[in-house]
Amino acid sequence: MGSFILRRLWQGLLVVLGVTLTVFVVTRVFGDPVSLMLPLTATAEQRAAFAHEIGLDRPLLVQFLGFMRDLVALDFGNSLWQRRPAIEVVFERLPNTLLLIVAGLGFAILASIPLGIIAALRPGGIVDRLTVSLGLIGLSMPQFWVGLLFIVIFAVQLKLLPTSGMGTPAHLILPALTLGLTPLARLTLLVRSSMIDELNQQYIKAARAKGLGLSRILGVHALRNVLISFLTLTGWELISILAGYTVVVETVFAWPGLGLTAMQAIQRGDLFLMQAIVFSIAFLIVLINIALDIAFKMIDPRINLN
Amino acid sequence: MSTPEPLLEVEQLRVEFETRAGIVHALNDVSFSIAKGETLGIVGESGSGKSVTAQAVMGLVDLPGRICGGDMRWRGRSLLGREGQRYGRSIRGKEVAMVFQDPMTSLNPLLTIGTQLCEVTERHLGLTRAQARGRAEELLAAVGISAPARRLGQHPHELSGGMRQRVMIAMAIACEPKLLIADEPTTALDVTIQAQILELIAELQQKLGLAVILITHDLGVVAGLCHRVAVMYAGRIVESADADALFTHPAHPYTQGLLRSTPSLDVVEERLASIEGTPPSLLDPPPGCPFRPRCPVAFHRCLEMPPMAPVIAGGEAACWWAMERALPENAFLGTAD
Ligand SMILES: Nc1ncnc2c1ncn2[C@@H]1O[C@H](COP(=O)(O)OP(=O)(O)OP(=O)(O)O)[C@@H](O)[C@H]1O
Ligand SMILES: [Mg+2]
Repeated sequence: MGSFILRRLWQGLLVVLGVTLTVFVVTRVFGDPVSLMLPLTATAEQRAAFAHEIGLDRPLLVQFLGFMRDLVALDFGNSLWQRRPAIEVVFERLPNTLLLIVAGLGFAILASIPLGIIAALRPGGIVDRLTVSLGLIGLSMPQFWVGLLFIVIFAVQLKLLPTSGMGTPAHLILPALTLGLTPLARLTLLVRSSMIDELNQQYIKAARAKGLGLSRILGVHALRNVLISFLTLTGWELISILAGYTVVVETVFAWPGLGLTAMQAIQRGDLFLMQAIVFSIAFLIVLINIALDIAFKMIDPRINLN
Repeated sequence: MSTPEPLLEVEQLRVEFETRAGIVHALNDVSFSIAKGETLGIVGESGSGKSVTAQAVMGLVDLPGRICGGDMRWRGRSLLGREGQRYGRSIRGKEVAMVFQDPMTSLNPLLTIGTQLCEVTERHLGLTRAQARGRAEELLAAVGISAPARRLGQHPHELSGGMRQRVMIAMAIACEPKLLIADEPTTALDVTIQAQILELIAELQQKLGLAVILITHDLGVVAGLCHRVAVMYAGRIVESADADALFTHPAHPYTQGLLRSTPSLDVVEERLASIEGTPPSLLDPPPGCPFRPRCPVAFHRCLEMPPMAPVIAGGEAACWWAMERALPENAFLGTAD
């Protein structure tokens, strides 16, 4: 197990390096950071001075080595927009995003398991058909639209919850729900269908013949077997949330997280802040994948990770 | 054999499955009983309802199937109805236990052997985890598994098929049940292992005074182990008799056919005879005796359903032909063949 974790960490490091290299090449070789970051009215001298200031006039290899050295110290340069180290901005905004994800995805996870199990207990029954229909509806609604709908209903019409921003727990409800709705639908449908599969397995019959209680049969015997595919999908949801959905939801609700910051950094041509954000997200995704692999190994002893 | 208080009595049991194609009459008026320490063999072709019978007793018939008639009693108390189902839940796994056909799929692949063994005694006997582990070690040793303490921490995929079946048996006897139902416990195993598992069951039966219902389509197995045999055909018991009597004087033409199609160890036969034709559809069975279309001795009376009636050798059979031969004036005819 220990050597496995070490190897996975090493592989993860390579992935992060690859992502960083890609960002470096795309922004410096194919793009022109100077014209991206300076206003169109800037003179040639201003451009040259700026290029010198951020080190763009040095040879590419020197730039890259410098870039890598700074990376180890988590020094991505100063955000042009905020006039302070880019990583500081990331560390300030990341917790907000994580809070939103924990609330939204956490809600989806906690609700999908009982919903899916209840539906699976009587396949084709009323509860089951209702769950499947609602699930499909949930899947087919785009998040920006759901977010706006929630704002119109709960904030504007009913005046129950704030429209946007962050501060009180009430501010968290609508964005978290919006973020969690699609994963909730997808996870519920998954729990339902894998639970139906598992409940038809012979080992469930054997467990029932042993006279075990329903809660043990469902919660220990069947659920554990559902958990592998559940974790796989949850990991996938988490990654797609990190890599995109938070941008949508945070923008709709003006939630001051990393997604909204990424949008603002792009609009302002803030290259260094963008790099810091991309790097952090890539790092998180690699960490999530390693954590998932470890979890799989702990649940299913048959999985051979070597 | 003297029959003391019967443990399990099944009376006129009917089970149906509602399928797209229609209602499958899987069990029709199945009756049998088994007493303490007795071994009852249930034999019959594939699809004759042997497993459904076992599942009904274990409360495992679920939708689209349902028990739609008859009664099952455990030590005199019904297992059907609301009250009976509650009673059933309290005895299943404890007083009645079951071993399944396929040990590869009957164990949960993600739980250790120890967990799956301990949960039985924890539930039914209220043992603590530590006590249950001690008991689990004893049980594994009792079913002939070496290094039991180490096995407890292993997962099913680390064990061979024969070992897994031993684990299943250990689980079944964990609470010292009175009745063990074994549904083709050796079909999925190698021939050499088959004999070992059957020996184990016989040995445990001696030691624990178990009653055993042994389901199989191997008549050779029945001959070696069972006191009594019930022969099933198309969801009915068509003959039931003491094992010796059944093998020497089979009364029902179906039983006779089954015996002819079983390779015998002492007689070298040229060719295995098999019964011509296939069992009738259980969707809408033909009127009268279900074996009639395949029966070599069928006659006009067979259009009517024969009741179970005593036959010459001492058992019972549902067959007009056998019944006529059992009448005193026909006794000189002996059995067929
Ligand atoms: N879940 C089900 N749905 C529909 N029909 C079923 C179901 N389970 C069993 N049956 C029907 O009940 C009949 C008896 O099946 P059963 O499994 O008891 O046969 P068996 O005697 O155990 O045969 P085998 O020797 O192959 O195990 C079969 O005709 C089968 O089609
Ligand atoms: Mg069967």
